[in-house]
Amino acid sequence: MRGKNAEGGCVDIKRSYYEDIELFKSKTILVWSVILLAVLLILPWFIAKTHFLGMSVYLLNLIIIHCIVAIGLNILVGYTGQISLGHAGFFAIGAFTTVMFVGQMGLPLFIALPLGALISAGAGFILGLPALRLEGPYLAIATMGFGMAVTTIIKHMEFFGGRMGLQAPKLYLFGTAMKDIHFYYVICAVGVILTIAAVKLFKTKVGRAFIAIRDSDVAAETMGVNLNYYKTLSFAVSAFYTGVAGGLYAFILGFINPEGFHIIMSITFLAMVVIGGVGSIMGSIAGAILMTYLDVKLQAIQDIPGIGALLVHFSEQYMSMGGISNVAIIVYGLIMVLIILFEPLGIFGIWIRTKKYWKTYPF
Amino acid sequence: MLGQLIVSGLAVGFCYALLALAMVIIYKTSDVLNFAQGEMAMISSFMAFVFLESYQLSFPIALALTLLFAAALGALLEFVFLRPAKNPTVIGMIIITLGFEMILMGIAGWKWGPDQRNLPFPIPSFETYNFAGLVVSKINFWTIIVCLVLIVILFLFFQYSKLGTAMRATQQNRLVARLMGIRTKRIFSFTWALSSLIGAVSGMFIAALTVLDPPMMMDPLMKAFASAVLGGMTSLPGAAVGGTILGVVENLFGGYISLPFKSVVAFAVIVLMLCVRPSGLLGKHFVKKV
Repeated sequence: MRGKNAEGGCVDIKRSYYEDIELFKSKTILVWSVILLAVLLILPWFIAKTHFLGMSVYLLNLIIIHCIVAIGLNILVGYTGQISLGHAGFFAIGAFTTVMFVGQMGLPLFIALPLGALISAGAGFILGLPALRLEGPYLAIATMGFGMAVTTIIKHMEFFGGRMGLQAPKLYLFGTAMKDIHFYYVICAVGVILTIAAVKLFKTKVGRAFIAIRDSDVAAETMGVNLNYYKTLSFAVSAFYTGVAGGLYAFILGFINPEGFHIIMSITFLAMVVIGGVGSIMGSIAGAILMTYLDVKLQAIQDIPGIGALLVHFSEQYMSMGGISNVAIIVYGLIMVLIILFEPLGIFGIWIRTKKYWKTYPF
Repeated sequence: MLGQLIVSGLAVGFCYALLALAMVIIYKTSDVLNFAQGEMAMISSFMAFVFLESYQLSFPIALALTLLFAAALGALLEFVFLRPAKNPTVIGMIIITLGFEMILMGIAGWKWGPDQRNLPFPIPSFETYNFAGLVVSKINFWTIIVCLVLIVILFLFFQYSKLGTAMRATQQNRLVARLMGIRTKRIFSFTWALSSLIGAVSGMFIAALTVLDPPMMMDPLMKAFASAVLGGMTSLPGAAVGGTILGVVENLFGGYISLPFKSVVAFAVIVLMLCVRPSGLLGKHFVKKV
């Protein structure tokens, strides 16, 4: 419910507990949410027809998958105040176990996906145990080691196809093979459910405990929050999200290989969260959309009109043509550094500032 | 067999120790964990390659130029990116150094491509010394000697030189150090330069022991972290001891138990150490104030 203050500007006043936990804070948000859902429904048709901004349905799928990872990582980084440089490990666990469940055991995707994610959550719980005693840089090192250990272990297990990787089995829906556009609806449904679940999570006891731990773990413990339980739970929830995303990723990629889940992947996940805004679900989504789009587009930077030709010329003159796709990594790194230096709250911070500016417009 | 494994483990271990030392120096002075350490060393090794291979300079000149480049790179990164950061959080600092890592890796990949190269090193890697039945390759022998000498020089520098004392003072209390007339900002730049230089030496040895390509420092960086955690993140002797122990243990594990899982040892060491003794072998116990 919105009240009006003396100056006539809108302020958010919550008058009861139920107002605080409701999903749609106002009619406006409800209307926009419905419009957003409608747009999500017709988006793949629009993209497939027009290739708006050079998008493809595959890229759309990738973006939604990265949104899920970013939300999962934000639960850990933004809301519980832990840090993880090992999320590529959970992503890999989700991907490999889901493919194994579907390919070897013949389970349908809607059972295999949660199962794979649960195994990933189990791994998250195990990583959460040493994380209980660690904080800050130490935790970053330990999680980074975890990510590297997972890929090394998968690489040397024949069970998971070893160094060669696994072929994701073809999925069938009513007897026809699923294409990108069919996957889009599966991925989008999962993404919407998980996003709403994440928003709702922070209105429950568990979510509030996470936030209390982030703000001050000592104070939270004094208030009766069980640190051991909630910290490992946070790791498990975050790993669950990432595991779901990993399972979906395996199927849109069609082929997974342990080399693909390297440390740079973990760093880009963290970058999405930080660039979008630490501690904001909508920020994570914005960060994931921006960084995935940039990443895919910059991989083929020579095709971008204008800058592309200039860069090709520069590469031929001073650098090497073979490594021109590395420009993407440089841009990525620069964005990470610049956002911390100039806008620590990321895209979400920019949004908050714009909103405040327009709400109190002439002043 | 055992002696052989220990000696080659020592050679790699001292490289880890140097990289860990470089990291600990920065961590102690400015509380920043430098994830770009490996990539800084990698770029410096590539510069050594350029000086030696493209410009055909003699080894001592190329070495001097490389070390100069490394020091300048470290100081530049500190000056351009870390100094303007206002009230950074721990996560923020980690993200900044991860950003460096990606920038440096991208530049190296762009310039030199994904090819694997050999660093033309004056010490041949196939010739060996024979110490009473123990066959030691020349490169391993000289790696151990040079790293050991460098570590000793570093300790003497920190203990007895005026600059080293100033650095220790800045580590202990930045404000008081400034009141005593130490230019702390300059000390930070110098710390980064010194750390980058030490890392460059380690990077060159690692390139000589393995190959030279852009992702070559990914694994050693992880090992250096493990060494620093093993010895204690805030202790210089700890980092040196941790690196050596890790190198030997890892090599013995690879030789006797399982070669493919050799690189998981570092992770196991980190987890075990952090669970049993979080402050490391030689680190002082750190109590958090509320």
